[in-house]
Amino acid sequence: MEWMAWTMPTAAFFGTIAALLLVMTLLAIFRPEVPRRGILTIETTRGDRLFITLLGSAFICLGWLFFFGAPLWGALICCLIYAAAVFRWV
Amino acid sequence: MDKSQNNRAWFLVLPVLVLVAFSAVIPLMTVVNYSVQDTFGNNAFFWAGLEWFEEIITSERIHAALGRQVLFTAIILAIQVPLGIFVALHMPKKGFWASLCLILMAMPLLIPFNVVGTIWQIFGRVDIGLLGRVLTALGFDYNYTSDWLDAWATVIVMDVWHWTSLVALLCYAGLQSIPEAYYQAAKIDQASRWAVFRHIELPKMRGVLLIAVLLRFMDSFMIYTEPFVVTGGGPGNATTFLSIDLVKMAIGQFDLGPAAAFSIIYFLVILLISWVFYTVMTNLDRETK
Repeated sequence: MEWMAWTMPTAAFFGTIAALLLVMTLLAIFRPEVPRRGILTIETTRGDRLFITLLGSAFICLGWLFFFGAPLWGALICCLIYAAAVFRWV
Repeated sequence: MDKSQNNRAWFLVLPVLVLVAFSAVIPLMTVVNYSVQDTFGNNAFFWAGLEWFEEIITSERIHAALGRQVLFTAIILAIQVPLGIFVALHMPKKGFWASLCLILMAMPLLIPFNVVGTIWQIFGRVDIGLLGRVLTALGFDYNYTSDWLDAWATVIVMDVWHWTSLVALLCYAGLQSIPEAYYQAAKIDQASRWAVFRHIELPKMRGVLLIAVLLRFMDSFMIYTEPFVVTGGGPGNATTFLSIDLVKMAIGQFDLGPAAAFSIIYFLVILLISWVFYTVMTNLDRETK
């Protein structure tokens, strides 16, 4: 695995995403859901909302870097608020 | 009708997932690892944090390449989509000529990208190329190696030549699926040619058109080989699109960290736009059913 040049922060990042996917899989098995329509007027499942959250968060972080630079703590707070909004209303 | 989904079928996709992990996910993870580090070779890495992302996102060089890329993709879509529809509408519907047209339309799609680049590189040369010689003989001061406008025109015409067929063939398939009764009804109503196109043909082509736009967007946004072979990104940086700039950074300058950060941002932009297209497509399909 040395060739992959792992670092602790990137390992934690991918670990978190893997854990989220695992939780989503378990939820899908034990708590099957019905797709719903939110403010975007598109049908979404929990997985879709997770994807929208992750993709949007990436752009929030990039925008933060562009306007304010590192560190990304402020962006992280924005991402959490955004995630809550996506899971509640999208 | 509301019903829950059985997600266990996803286990059947596991073999594909393993293959995709080997060929795409693990390399992508490696790129993410590179993007937060610096290296001078010998597989020795040093932590750089978000430095490369900051550098790339505020780099004027990248902004310029992104601007060129967006402009190129917009021009390509603005030409190829209407032209593809126009060609499809005028292709014969059956018989010998329909088969011949289909073969001729498919031919540019079968030519490898670097061969297309080489063909146009030679075709446009003012010393030995047919196009270059003809344009020079007609009095045009054409030279794609020194004039940015000529370089852009050459790259755009080359892409239109290479890929309009794809749009045309997809639209043709959409048109072929329209039952004859629709046209007969339009004739009874004395509908004009434009009304037939606007209210029968265009709605029936909507699905394939969205696929065509999505494919052409992704391909033109990631274009590398053809312009690289024809112009090498020049003159100056006039045709240096995102992928050409990325390769220069990663392989020419061996700046693996910044190139990795660049790749991730590039990937995110394509992922976002493709997702928007995909969502629009699937929702339109649902609404029409």
